[in-house]
Amino acid sequence: MSRGLAEAFADARSEGRAALIGYLPAGFPDPEQCVELVVDMVAAGVDIVEVGLPYSDPLMDGPDIQAAVDQALRAGTTTETVLDTVGALTDAGATAVVMSYWNPIERYGVERFADRLADAGGHGVITPDLTPEEAGPWIAATTRRGLDRVFLVAPSSTDERIRTVVAASSGFVYAASTMGVTGARAAVSSAAPALVARTKALTGLPVAVGLGVSSGEQAREVAAYADGVIVGSAFVRLILQASDRAAARDAVRRLAADLAAGVRGNRACG
Amino acid sequence: MAATTHTPAKHDEDLPGHYGPYGGRFVPEALTSALDELDAAFRAAIVDPAFAAELAELERTYTGRPSPLTPAARFGELCGGARVYLKREDLNHTGSHKINNVLGQALLTRRMGKSRVIAETGAGQHGVAAATAAALLGLECTVYMGEEDTRRQALNVARMRLLGAEVIPVTVGSRTLKDAINEAMRDWVTTVDRTHYLLGTVTGPAPFPELVRHFHSVIGREAREQMLADAGRLPDAVAACVGGGSNAIGIFSGFLDDPSVRLHGYEAGGEGIETGRHASRFSTGAPGVLHGARTYVMQDEWGQTVPSHSISAGLDYPGVGPEHAWLHDTGRVAYEPVNDAEAMDAFAALCRTEGIIPAIESAHALAGAIRLGRELGPAGLILVSLSGRGDKDVETAARWFGIDLSTSPDGTDPR
Ligand SMILES: Cc1ncc(COP(=O)(O)O)c(C=O)c1O
Repeated sequence: MSRGLAEAFADARSEGRAALIGYLPAGFPDPEQCVELVVDMVAAGVDIVEVGLPYSDPLMDGPDIQAAVDQALRAGTTTETVLDTVGALTDAGATAVVMSYWNPIERYGVERFADRLADAGGHGVITPDLTPEEAGPWIAATTRRGLDRVFLVAPSSTDERIRTVVAASSGFVYAASTMGVTGARAAVSSAAPALVARTKALTGLPVAVGLGVSSGEQAREVAAYADGVIVGSAFVRLILQASDRAAARDAVRRLAADLAAGVRGNRACG
Repeated sequence: MAATTHTPAKHDEDLPGHYGPYGGRFVPEALTSALDELDAAFRAAIVDPAFAAELAELERTYTGRPSPLTPAARFGELCGGARVYLKREDLNHTGSHKINNVLGQALLTRRMGKSRVIAETGAGQHGVAAATAAALLGLECTVYMGEEDTRRQALNVARMRLLGAEVIPVTVGSRTLKDAINEAMRDWVTTVDRTHYLLGTVTGPAPFPELVRHFHSVIGREAREQMLADAGRLPDAVAACVGGGSNAIGIFSGFLDDPSVRLHGYEAGGEGIETGRHASRFSTGAPGVLHGARTYVMQDEWGQTVPSHSISAGLDYPGVGPEHAWLHDTGRVAYEPVNDAEAMDAFAALCRTEGIIPAIESAHALAGAIRLGRELGPAGLILVSLSGRGDKDVETAARWFGIDLSTSPDGTDPR
């Protein structure tokens, strides 16, 4: 069993830094390479891995992740692939969570999904289109299996909404840095620091920032005010652009190392 | 004119925005505040007499309401001799019921102080209606449309552009209506402070299903009065096609509290349920979440959305409005598939018996009326929602019936 989310954040904090969270969709670029690339990320300094469950209608995702999940689905990725990927990553010592739109979990069966994920060694689930109001059965199932539930807050969330979201969350709170979809951006939204501050005023849970982080420099900037930095599209884009398997590994390792230096407040080492 | 005395239908709304287990809001948190804002604006507007008056005036002077109720005696002969009446939403400005919802939401957009609307469209009917309302009220308008559909419906793309709208072909996913909705949602989440998402049917997160129903309930309110005045009694059955379900909920809403009136919704059976190429959510779908609401969804065993198929672009959608899911489960409305071929037979029949070219969507309801009439016989009284006119479908119908579209007069006969 790998260390849990609370432990991963506590370990990062004890080192005086933010945690680094890396995302890849399961089955991308294929199931085996996905595990290989994520293990590379962890070796290069990623603390928590987020395994995406590819879904046909990813309405919170930008072009890079859409292309990746499309590719994964066409290659036959299913919910079982996701759970197997979590199992393989857990065996490799990684702290893994799943990121999934709600319908595949509901279809698989809320209880069954919680059971299978917990048995595979997964620690929690990020649900971008599930709000606490609709989450009754999910809260019960995850509580029963000791899984963390990560809900989102956004720049448009009122303090009242943030209170509702953090009350239903465990592990950490996902702060969507910007009003928009996933995708690497030249700059992290200026709305993020205020959102993190408002959220931290209402919860003791770690707050991690996602959407738009793509470089060590940006990670350093975000790490100055948040407990965690989430990077997805930037990894996906590198893999989509890589000419072959070795090039993808090399690019992913280098970005992970750059980001790891960033969350430690250091400049990239080259 | 007699005042309507019936009260709006009651539902098991233990939670706001829910219909039994259906409906709700499954959206990124970033959209929650916009939906709250919309909900508040909607609730304030519907109790504001000035809003109702402005909408009613637009309906009268711009849409052309009330839409007529047309007795269809010759068509009725094909329906087992039953008496058939058509509620003529096809005679509205822009050619379908879609304008009812669009005008209401465009007025709401202005009330919320927003300057831009976005819309999704399949066949282009809702896109054209949205572009029309945007032009009328001076709003900026962007319409998302699957790339495949922009090619098939080039005429409607041109109409939208003439009306000043920007049409963005969607090239991701399956490049159909469902992907156009995904793209519209992505736009909305990014531009929500100045943009209203003018959703085209009774699907989506709360409050959209309730709001869109509200603006279409005029269909049922008028039709009920017209039936009592012209036919002398309530109909035995009401037939409507069900894509997302807006024209159906509009006309049904006038009769939900009349237990003697049977309500029938017709989905696209496409090439036949057994072929897998159809849009019959209630025949093969299962409860799930799509585009922000829990409802019946065509999906595989993993919860991935399965693409739908229909000769009629307006019915070609793998989800359905959540209130319909509830009306299905409670048994108040019966939903059945109508195949492409049966719909096109009914299409030809209406053309030849009544001199009315219907939208292919509406032809599914006409096929349903033929089924109902054969069951009810000459004593039967049937009301059909003629949701739109067939101008947009002339090319599809010509191809189906083998009519030569070139100028040479040697096309074959559709019969
Ligand atoms: C004429 C017509 N009827 C019906 C529909 C189906 O929509 P709904 O089920 O929301 O009425 C459409 C949609 O484009 C349409 O254009």
